[in-house]
Amino acid sequence: MKRKLVMIGNGMAGVRCMEEILKRNREAFDITIVGDEPYPNYNRIMLSHVLQGKTEIKDININDWKWYEDNDITLFTGEIVTEIDPEEKEIKTDKGSVISYDELIIATGSSAFILPVNGSELEGVIGFRTIQDTECMIETADRYKKAVVIGGGLLGLEAARGLMDRGMEVEVVHLMPSLMEQQLDAPAAKMLKKDLEAQGMKFLMEKQTTEIYGNERVEGIKFSDGTSVECDLVVMAVGIRPNIQLAKHAGLDVNRGIIVDDHMQTSTPSIYAVGECAEHNGITYGLVAPLYEQGTALAAYLTGAKTTGYQGSILSTQLKVAGCDLFSGGKIAEDDETDAIIVHDQFAGVYKKVLVANNKVVGVVLYGDASDGTRLFTMLKKETDISEFTSAAVLQKAGEDAVDEMIADMSADETVCGCNGVTKGTIVQAILEQDLKSFEEVKTCTKAGASCGKCRGVVEGILSHTLGDNFDPTAEKTGMCACTPLTRDEVVAEIKEKGLQSPKEVRNVLKFTNEEGCPACRPALNYYMRMVWPEEYEDDKASRFVNERMDGNIQNNGTFSVVPRMYGGTTTGDELIRLGEVANKYDVPLVKITGASRVGLYGVKKEDVPHVWEDLGMRSGYAYSKSLRNVKSCVGSRFCRFGTQDSLGLGIRLEKEIEMVDTPHKMKMGVSGCPRNCAEVLTKDFGVVCVENGYQLYFGGNGGTEVRECDSFITVKTEDEVITMAKAYTQYYRETGIYNERTAPWVERIGSENIKLVLLNEKRNAELVERFNKAKNTYEEAWSSTLLNMKKKEMFEIVKI
Amino acid sequence: MMKTIEIVKIMELESLPKQIGKEVHVGGESIALFHLSNGDVRAIGSRCPHTNGPLAEGIVSGEFVFCPLQNWKVSLVTGEVQKPDDGAVPTYETKVIDGYVYIAV
Repeated sequence: MKRKLVMIGNGMAGVRCMEEILKRNREAFDITIVGDEPYPNYNRIMLSHVLQGKTEIKDININDWKWYEDNDITLFTGEIVTEIDPEEKEIKTDKGSVISYDELIIATGSSAFILPVNGSELEGVIGFRTIQDTECMIETADRYKKAVVIGGGLLGLEAARGLMDRGMEVEVVHLMPSLMEQQLDAPAAKMLKKDLEAQGMKFLMEKQTTEIYGNERVEGIKFSDGTSVECDLVVMAVGIRPNIQLAKHAGLDVNRGIIVDDHMQTSTPSIYAVGECAEHNGITYGLVAPLYEQGTALAAYLTGAKTTGYQGSILSTQLKVAGCDLFSGGKIAEDDETDAIIVHDQFAGVYKKVLVANNKVVGVVLYGDASDGTRLFTMLKKETDISEFTSAAVLQKAGEDAVDEMIADMSADETVCGCNGVTKGTIVQAILEQDLKSFEEVKTCTKAGASCGKCRGVVEGILSHTLGDNFDPTAEKTGMCACTPLTRDEVVAEIKEKGLQSPKEVRNVLKFTNEEGCPACRPALNYYMRMVWPEEYEDDKASRFVNERMDGNIQNNGTFSVVPRMYGGTTTGDELIRLGEVANKYDVPLVKITGASRVGLYGVKKEDVPHVWEDLGMRSGYAYSKSLRNVKSCVGSRFCRFGTQDSLGLGIRLEKEIEMVDTPHKMKMGVSGCPRNCAEVLTKDFGVVCVENGYQLYFGGNGGTEVRECDSFITVKTEDEVITMAKAYTQYYRETGIYNERTAPWVERIGSENIKLVLLNEKRNAELVERFNKAKNTYEEAWSSTLLNMKKKEMFEIVKI
Repeated sequence: MMKTIEIVKIMELESLPKQIGKEVHVGGESIALFHLSNGDVRAIGSRCPHTNGPLAEGIVSGEFVFCPLQNWKVSLVTGEVQKPDDGAVPTYETKVIDGYVYIAV
């Protein structure tokens, strides 16, 4: 005879516990779940993403209706339990249901804490807790403008970011002097505040809310210092309050939460509590990982497994706000017993603090680059002895062996993916039973890494550990083209290491499936070869796309365009006369100012192209190339009354210094003479804005398919410094860019901060400039050199018989 | 009426670089001539059946040329457009005699 297991609450912790029970013993219980929300179990922590528009409500379901059916679970939704009767072992609901139980789990979770101030009941004052709250915020953002979020903690900041994403003006009110004071120390909190302010979030720090005012709907809030602020929406994110009323009325021991022992058992036999409503060793938890651990512990106990029970959790936190990469785990503040290893690079915006006590990591605070979070947190939880590590080794990524060892040490029930509560055991089991080979497969199968993705490294580690040599990380990556599984970086590394001298050798040695390559890798390899061996490698015209081979853009009817160089957009009367004469002589169907401010002759017949060049006597504008196209500039101080510097002169100089050298994709640059920015440089690959005291540099912009605004870099004092930075930047792009990748995605991929660090490192900067100059010396102006070379010139001839 | 086939002397093989096509006009027909990396000389109709792209300007890989306009892949041996696209261009027999390329038109 099955025992009757009833659960009050249909949230993440409780349902997780049910899943664990079903996994262990499907036959033990008749299960009934009563939830007050009208949905099946969903991933509450993903509500931030829903609000921020990154995902939709339908995508955050954890268990759909079918799951309950398939597992024979009786589910009541939208029904509120009003009473527990421990004597009769039954519960009653607001709809009159009476359900009897043998074992009862209380998983009622918690509610948003609403400040007990006047006006908190007004329309437009809500918490951030449920799908309903989220929908309310989304609707409000459509109709109203201004929101105040009370609470500068994790949830408050995620809510604020989401409301901003929905188009609202947002002010965050915080009682304390620093944000997320539970998880961050002062320096990290300061950096976070600065980054959020840069995103447009406003803060009212050290303000205590005393009143919310308004008639029917909220109109504003007042603070204890007498100031006030107007708003149309108030989101309370000042904390959560465990839902314990039911338990309290039933006579269970409660404190802040429902008091439980290590087996999640309450003071009353046959009644258990898990999740945010439970208090274990004086602690109530509000993060998902410990709640899952509790659920697992209870499941083990109820199914009669031998278990040591739940031992409490050390917490770690991440913030789901783009542009604020942070990690916090364990202790956050130094005290007498701890020593801190701190790295604080204010320029790069990176802060790392590791607290150590008795040769063990006891706390981690990372800001700006949280990629080491999982590793350090694992060391913390494992209590790894770090006496043999140097400080730098603790902070830096450990070698492969250390990672492998760490993964080997992880116990099966340890949570790997906090967002979706996936344990190491689940992942290993899935890998073995379902023959999974890649991170993507594991993600699809177990949901590990499917939400924030920060556990990817650990998942790959587990794959590698489980499959040994059978794990091929390259299976994940897409190769540079269909001919090879190797990525761009791997191919370039092999070219350098093995000293490969020709594309043919590359394809042979690296075992490309197509020994002559394809239209994707032929031009790419030709580019990489010349980038790596600028002085030794001879450009292979046959590997160039027709535009670059013929030094003109092929048009849709097989004719070509001729666009001569006009440095900085300048030309002369004589040049214009010649352009006119040539256009007439060769019946050029279209003469147009191009997008890059030069004159273009379009529709030139192939056999006429060299003659047109010859008659023009001008340099190629490289309008067909993957190299610097042009430098757009305004007239600057030469003629403009607002001009602060000679932007035109600088533009011309920049164009001359950078032109002709092949880059992974085309590049456009711009120089504006003042912040009015007439040359529109903030969407260029490299942009300069002249100001009174120097030159502001920007990079990574794009006005093309996907518009991207430049990242701001630094202000330099002299033109020479502009040129040096431009060269170093271009060379770094040449050396690390994927062929056909514009600087905008390159910057996203490589990381803006990383690029800045490289360019600001004097030694690396000088080396880059030197390599750029070396490469530049090998380039000859395209048109004149073709005219001098019979073979090249013959390419334009059509044999007529 | 029977079509007469004429063998036409085109150019010196030496001046036909490998893997770069050459546009040839013979008696009103526009032909793309290729010198493959294996030494073979191949001739096909010069216009891609898709958008009339000039096949002589395409990138050559093995026995295929890729149209420079929309990247259709055309066999230099059979003249057939490769899947997933469909179509064909004419092919012409070629010969190299005493260092000169001849096409049968």
